[in-house]
Amino acid sequence: MTRPAVIELNGVGASFRGRTVHRDLSLRVEEGQIVGLLGGSGSGKTTLLREILGLLKPDSGSVRLFGVDLNEPDVRMQRNLRRRLGMLFQHGALFSALSVFDNIAFPLRELRCLDADWIRRLVHLKLAMVGLEPNHGKLMPAELSGGMVKRVALARALALEPELLLLDEPTAGLDPDRSQNFVELVGDLQRELGLTVVMVTHDLNTLAGLATHVAVLADQHIIAFGPKAEVMTVDHPFVTGFFGADRRKLL
Amino acid sequence: MSQSPRLLVEPGRVVLSGCWTLAEMLPQLPALQADLAACSSSIEHWDLSAVTRLDSAAAVLLWRTWGASWPPGLVADDLHRQVLLRVAELPRDIPEQARPRVRFPEWVGALLFKALGNLRGMIALFGQLLLDVGYLVRHPQDVPWKEFTANVYKSGAQALAVTALVGFLIGVTISYLSALQLKSFGADLFIVNILGISIIRELGPVLVAVLVAGRSGSAMTAQIGVMRVTEEIDVLSTMGISRSIRVVLPKIFGLTVAMPLLVLWTSAVALFGGMLAALLQLDLSLIYFLDNLPRAVPVANLVIGLSKGVVFGFVIAVVACHFGLHVKPNTESLSANTTSAVVTAITTVILFDAIFAVFTRHVGVPQL
Ligand SMILES: Nc1ncnc2c1ncn2[C@@H]1O[C@H](COP(=O)(O)OP(=O)(O)O)[C@@H](O)[C@H]1O
Ligand SMILES: [Mg+2]
Repeated sequence: MTRPAVIELNGVGASFRGRTVHRDLSLRVEEGQIVGLLGGSGSGKTTLLREILGLLKPDSGSVRLFGVDLNEPDVRMQRNLRRRLGMLFQHGALFSALSVFDNIAFPLRELRCLDADWIRRLVHLKLAMVGLEPNHGKLMPAELSGGMVKRVALARALALEPELLLLDEPTAGLDPDRSQNFVELVGDLQRELGLTVVMVTHDLNTLAGLATHVAVLADQHIIAFGPKAEVMTVDHPFVTGFFGADRRKLL
Repeated sequence: MSQSPRLLVEPGRVVLSGCWTLAEMLPQLPALQADLAACSSSIEHWDLSAVTRLDSAAAVLLWRTWGASWPPGLVADDLHRQVLLRVAELPRDIPEQARPRVRFPEWVGALLFKALGNLRGMIALFGQLLLDVGYLVRHPQDVPWKEFTANVYKSGAQALAVTALVGFLIGVTISYLSALQLKSFGADLFIVNILGISIIRELGPVLVAVLVAGRSGSAMTAQIGVMRVTEEIDVLSTMGISRSIRVVLPKIFGLTVAMPLLVLWTSAVALFGGMLAALLQLDLSLIYFLDNLPRAVPVANLVIGLSKGVVFGFVIAVVACHFGLHVKPNTESLSANTTSAVVTAITTVILFDAIFAVFTRHVGVPQL
């Protein structure tokens, strides 16, 4: 039984100034999967997420989200599509002119349907979820530590209760305790809401605790995709190098 | 598989079903809220077992409907109960984000303090500049020649075209308008005096100052500001490179050197435009114009014009660097400070121009 596909990439190719980053890349992520995306530094993981978000138009191939092609011309359909996904950018990308509270409230206010009290409760709920205090809401992004930026960015990505969550190195810069909390949080959300998650991570613990599937990006395309245990047995220099002696830890 | 959220009110019981998520609720939100409000406090039995998904937005909605307490007869599976529990655990009174009200006197006072703060900052910058110059005199090998020449090129050479264009048009306009008036008095020949004095002494420097404040001043503020936002300024410090010597000083001296040259150039082009218009309008030959210019306009005017250029260039660069160095690390502050820099620079330039006018009132006025 195959579940409906959330992300479908078909033969995607991308290049920057003549330098190929992706060539004939295909990936199919189904509903409810938590996919850990692995790849060396500079292998094009962030670029892949940007293609999925439609921020970067691939040179060739097609990207479909929830069965809708990203080249679909209907503006309203595009907007509704964007509301169904949340993205945590690698460096947070908080709105520097807005306080933490306003950063998280921003997408909620954009809906123009929710009243102030509802928004306030939701924002405080998200703050609590990512382990921040209510009085952190007043801080400006410049006053946050690196790990706090990550958590606020995650709270903002979760604000609209997305069905698809894209995370770019979510646990990099968090202490092990916070990483563990993060793993539990995303795990809980996944169970409650049937989220689909694609996350770039180099952290074996995050991968072991969270991912159901693993995709490996190397040589400009996905060389392996499947359940964790299967992918680990793939014979490719990157895979053997990455898991190395820690193979057992993942099982 | 998405089902819209539904609400069934039976006597003494409310049955929820479907997908209670923000995305699914949005299209029919007003109706749902109205339905929930209608069956709020009186009913104690809520059946959530047919709900497929419940997100925190929906949980908050229900929790508010229940008046922030658990209804005695709640049927819900564990997952949904957990979502509701998270909402229930929020502190009862979430502090409202206080927006302080500002009264008029306070506003004026704050403005005044800000102005004083800026003045102080600029004086401090000036002092730092003197210290840096003192240091560079003792250590000439540290003089940032490359940055200095780059700044002369950027704010001087690259501004030649636009200042020439604007100067030429202004020259033509003034000459044309004056010619109309002078013709009716039969005082055609005075066009040389009018154009010469007004452009060389007054219009040239001020015009260039306004253009340069908008062009190079804003660029300086934005550049230093972004360097602050991205912490590049701090990187320089950690490398032991003085930001004031490498970033600020070349900008200020670059513009101070480039400005009088620009003033000279713009005044020349404006005079040329005026001459052309006079030729067409009054049949005044170019030779006559050039012959009479030195007699009509004492050379002191040129000195005044060029000194204005030096002072204005310095003022614009100091103001721009001051505001750039005080950008807070966010986009809003960056845009506010760039605006302030340009506005303050132009205002200060006009102020200095007035001071010049008062102190040079006996100098360079031709005796008739
Ligand atoms: N905007 C861009 N312009 C040019 N090259 C880029 C751009 N973004 C990424 N690249 C290049 O694409 C490659 C993949 O980058 P990225 O996807 O950020 O890697 P990572 O897997 O570390 O996230 C890198 O070699 C990078 O230099
Ligand atoms: Mg990356």
